[in-house]
Amino acid sequence: MINDADKEYLEQALSRLSGKIPSSIILKLRDSIVNSQIEITREEIDKIMEMVMKDYLSSLVHPGEAIGVVAAQSIGEPGTQMTLRTFHFAGVRELNVTLGLPRLIEIVDARKVPSTPMMTIYLNPEYAKDRDMALDVARRIEYTRVEHVVETVNLDVGGMGIILKLDPVLLKDKGLTTEDVEKVIKKLKMGDYRVENPDEYTIAIYFENMDTVTGLFKIREKILSTKIKGVKGIKRAIIRKKGDEYVIITDGSNLEGVLGVKGVDVSRIETNNLHEVESVLGVEAARELITREIKRVLEEQGLDVDIRHIELVSDIMTRTGEVRQIGRHGVTGEKTSVLARAAFEVTVKHLLDAAARGDMEEFKGVVENIIIGQPIKLGTGMVELLMRPANR
Amino acid sequence: MSERYQVNEKIIKGIRFGILSPDEIRKMSVTAIITADVYDEDGTPIEGSVMDSRLGIIEPGQKCPICGNVLGNCPGHFGHIELVRPVIHVGFVKHVYDLLRSTCRRCGRVKISESDIEKYRKIHDAIKKRWPSAAKRLIDHVKKTSMKAAVCPHCSEKQLKIKLEKPYNFYEERKEGVMRLTPSDIRERLERIPDSDVELLGYDPTTSRPEWIILTVLPVPPITIRPSIMIESGIRAEDDLTHKLVDIVRINERLKESIDAGAPQLIVEDLWDLLQYHVATYFDNEIPGLPTSKHRSGRPLRTLAQRLKGKEGRFRGNLSGKRVDFSARTVISPDPNISIDEVGVPYDVAQILTVPEKVTKWNIERMRQYVINGPDKWPGANYVVRPDGRRIDLRYVKDRKELAATLAPNFIVERHLVDGDIVIFNRQPSLHRISMMGHKVRVLPGRTFRLNLLVCPPYNADFDGDEMNLHVPQSEEAIAETKELMTVHRNILTPRYGGPIIGSAQDYISGAYLLTVKTTLLTEDEVQTILGVANINKNLEEPAILAPKRLYTGKQIVSHFLPEDFNFHGPANISSGVRSCKDEDCPHDSYVVIKKGKLLEGVFDKKALGNQQAESILHWLVREYDEDYVLWLMDNLFKVFLRYIELHGLTMTLSDVTIPEEATKKIAERAQEARKKVNELIENYEKGQLEVIPGRTLEESLESYILDALDKLRNEAGEIATMYLDPFNNAYIMARTGARGSVLNITQMAAMLGQQSVRGERIKRGYATRTLPHFKPGDITPEARGFIYSSFRSGLNPIETFFHAAGGREGLVDTAVRTSQSGYMQRRLINALSDLRIEYDGTVRTLYGEMIQTLYGGDGVHPMQSAHGKTIDVDRVLERVVGWKR
Repeated sequence: MINDADKEYLEQALSRLSGKIPSSIILKLRDSIVNSQIEITREEIDKIMEMVMKDYLSSLVHPGEAIGVVAAQSIGEPGTQMTLRTFHFAGVRELNVTLGLPRLIEIVDARKVPSTPMMTIYLNPEYAKDRDMALDVARRIEYTRVEHVVETVNLDVGGMGIILKLDPVLLKDKGLTTEDVEKVIKKLKMGDYRVENPDEYTIAIYFENMDTVTGLFKIREKILSTKIKGVKGIKRAIIRKKGDEYVIITDGSNLEGVLGVKGVDVSRIETNNLHEVESVLGVEAARELITREIKRVLEEQGLDVDIRHIELVSDIMTRTGEVRQIGRHGVTGEKTSVLARAAFEVTVKHLLDAAARGDMEEFKGVVENIIIGQPIKLGTGMVELLMRPANR
Repeated sequence: MSERYQVNEKIIKGIRFGILSPDEIRKMSVTAIITADVYDEDGTPIEGSVMDSRLGIIEPGQKCPICGNVLGNCPGHFGHIELVRPVIHVGFVKHVYDLLRSTCRRCGRVKISESDIEKYRKIHDAIKKRWPSAAKRLIDHVKKTSMKAAVCPHCSEKQLKIKLEKPYNFYEERKEGVMRLTPSDIRERLERIPDSDVELLGYDPTTSRPEWIILTVLPVPPITIRPSIMIESGIRAEDDLTHKLVDIVRINERLKESIDAGAPQLIVEDLWDLLQYHVATYFDNEIPGLPTSKHRSGRPLRTLAQRLKGKEGRFRGNLSGKRVDFSARTVISPDPNISIDEVGVPYDVAQILTVPEKVTKWNIERMRQYVINGPDKWPGANYVVRPDGRRIDLRYVKDRKELAATLAPNFIVERHLVDGDIVIFNRQPSLHRISMMGHKVRVLPGRTFRLNLLVCPPYNADFDGDEMNLHVPQSEEAIAETKELMTVHRNILTPRYGGPIIGSAQDYISGAYLLTVKTTLLTEDEVQTILGVANINKNLEEPAILAPKRLYTGKQIVSHFLPEDFNFHGPANISSGVRSCKDEDCPHDSYVVIKKGKLLEGVFDKKALGNQQAESILHWLVREYDEDYVLWLMDNLFKVFLRYIELHGLTMTLSDVTIPEEATKKIAERAQEARKKVNELIENYEKGQLEVIPGRTLEESLESYILDALDKLRNEAGEIATMYLDPFNNAYIMARTGARGSVLNITQMAAMLGQQSVRGERIKRGYATRTLPHFKPGDITPEARGFIYSSFRSGLNPIETFFHAAGGREGLVDTAVRTSQSGYMQRRLINALSDLRIEYDGTVRTLYGEMIQTLYGGDGVHPMQSAHGKTIDVDRVLERVVGWKR
């Protein structure tokens, strides 16, 4: 709270800061001063401005700071305090999510498929508010095969037929009817056959030109694995209330597939599959996802790590325009220095290949210079100015 | 200090890798090795053997016949073996295979058309400097297309399929059948590849012509890298490499004799193969598909590749990590009376570690005294280095006084460690940079390193037998850098999240709480005793209570240590549950208010001064005031807490966790109810009436329900226990203030241990259908699956003890597995990120010049200096300026 007379003064003071400190801070500053419950005088405004400026300047990074090592240590050190337990219930009782150290390793490894792929699907406004509408979308997303709704399957060897008894509970859960199932079965190419409905939940299929039982077995497999509906790779889709809207949480991930489903809010869809995001949304999105996922893992474990460290890791993983793992087949493996690579893993192969190619070791990096015992161009070693005292 | 720190030191600019050509090998060789015998009867090395003295000297006193140096100065010299028949270098077999397939068998050209070659060459020349990874892909493409060609576009020769039979045999599928390609054949083909084509295939013809892969001459490394060792009784044991070389020479000789004698083709080929085998295992003794070459005792030989590989290999064992001198290691013990940036060093250690100090006219008297004291009397010196570089070992100097008298400027005295010297202190595992910090030496009696308790968290040290290392920087630069960058008081904030990692723990917190709590009232005498420990001897202000007795509050004492312009508002750690407060108006004294350096309200506990507490009072003090003040605060305020807790006394008794009969009964009732509930669940399950959680099996659902019921029971038991326990008993104080333990721990001691788990489930393993033979098969009641109704106070019955042990074991296994996994992850992270630095323009780049971020972190703020991650904490700035008005 400030006097009306001082408003102009505050604006002037703030405008003097602009360009020197991030604009978001200036906004926050104005906001805080104006909305403060305490009355703030002109002198105090001056003091605040001075303090903000001093604070900002003294908290800047120093040139030469080995910020990479600091980031690596800041993420690696809490690793020892994390749980190893793979499975954790993440609010949703039905689903398991890999968290903790295994998930962290998975992310820096840039594995092709996470061990527990998962999606959080937000819905368009017209679907998000209504439970039934949301459930409908979830049902359309969940990958369902005939075997998922079948209670028992019997073979009628005498009549050369297959009798499917459907489970009414499962049918209801998936939002299907016997007719739906029948329809998909009828689409299959199985030669000549006729379909009968002895009762509401039974489908009997009899084949005309089937002479071996093994053939019948084969057909049974084919029928059972027939897709009724859904997106490939989504094993389960559950709806959850999040805030004032319904969201769908899935077991299994298929970003490309789900993007095409009607009712899905394409702009907010989430998955934990790095490579899917990279190929569908691009490397920038993958970079963001790496940051978020690492942050989530650390936060879930109650570990406090500055976001800057995490961002540095995701930046280095995506620098070349594609997601690269941190390790032998990625960032470290692509270093230009032969000795740095040899000192990491697969020593002999790197040395031999370097010899064949006639590579040059230029001693720019840290590892190489440690090997030969020369100063490293980091921190105080960055300074190249040498002074020769005059009186010598 | 010494010569090597002068400006004109030599710098290695680069190393070029390549393959030695036969000519080069012969040129650098001092002798051909021709005989397989090593020593003659009297034990002298035979000339022309692998131990030829021209290859390097091994005995002290000898002079090298080649370079004239004595042992230690002679680097050794190469010899060579002329191989009678060429053999393949196993390391390059893959390259040979690629080269053979991608070039024409007759003309040796790359099998793509001339115009394409020209095109690719142009692209390659343009990109190879700037984008090596793209150049590599281009080369792969060239290789691939060339391999596919069935007919050579240059000489129209039909190409035949070449097969590689691992590890090193090549075959060609000709019309008349599969023919073996001997190394000689291969060498001929590789020779035909023109230089320009070699380049297009990714090889540098100047440093590594493909045919050099096929060895015709083998270099014999100097003896210095394969010294023979004398074992007791004077028997000589040769190095593995020497053994291998002897094998090679022997087979080479036999092959030569056979050929000269005109032996049948078959025998010659057998010997040739044998030679190939020995040369191959000489390079690498772990080739898949080849039997390893063994020592007479059956131990596999450690040949060239094995020397380099792995954690203990040359690279990771000796080059990336080196052993150091001027270091010490011993057990640590606590000492709250030394400063946080000091380390107590035993006299025994201080007399062995030395610091080189140059004699000047200002310090010459002190240096003389050190020399006179000698190596056995602290503070003395161990060596004197004269300006001409001669080192004098003071142990063997008869008259040290005389030597001291000759001391003059520019001498260097390697003197003992004395108080105030800067050293680096370290505890493994060195997971972050604050595992190594600079301390000031304080030489103390005893045999352990002494450490202030406040600096335990960064090292993650305790005193149950931990050992720590100490390193003495030797050069002025190293000392200066340690002092300016690494000292403890410059590392109070952790770069991980920018909070104080150093701070109070355990008794410090209990003491702070007990001192600042409302009920603590102190007489002037007591106040003086307490403040005396901090060397505060200013006049005391008016006490808070004047009558009937003049009494001071603990808050008044603490206020002596706060800067006069310090303001703070915030909840204390004890502010939780029923005792939580959100504002100044707090009956529980759990909301801390500091105005203008006076603690007006609230208590100091973990949230205020604890270690690893971001945005706490301690954090703001460290961030906002200069480091001298912070150092003083850490050394004195915390001592005050200890002094008070000494006066007050703090312990834990059995009665602190004993609940009355009534409570025990209530808990038993609840347990009964829960048991009934679980039984019902099991009954329902057996009847098949249990509601299934979607996506789970019936059994999983049952487990989930049971776990919920039992979890509820434990919580209820805890609530009952807390209701009956005195909230101001000592155990409870420790838990509430965050000093040690938690409410859960107290519940487990007083009320009930609860469910023991293995792999996140109830304990189910053991016998086939039950955990222990005490239960019926298939019993899934709580007590049969590791639920413990007892408390630590009441004691566990044998079965419960067993389950508790099972749960405890899992924790141990977990820790063991986790350390290795996270250790590897951290090694990879460090390797990937180690080359990054901040440039003068604020960007983040690698040392190779690649840009990673255009402005570090988006705002250029160092996490260590940030306000717990925020660029600027505006609210805190306001609090600092106008907080006292609130």
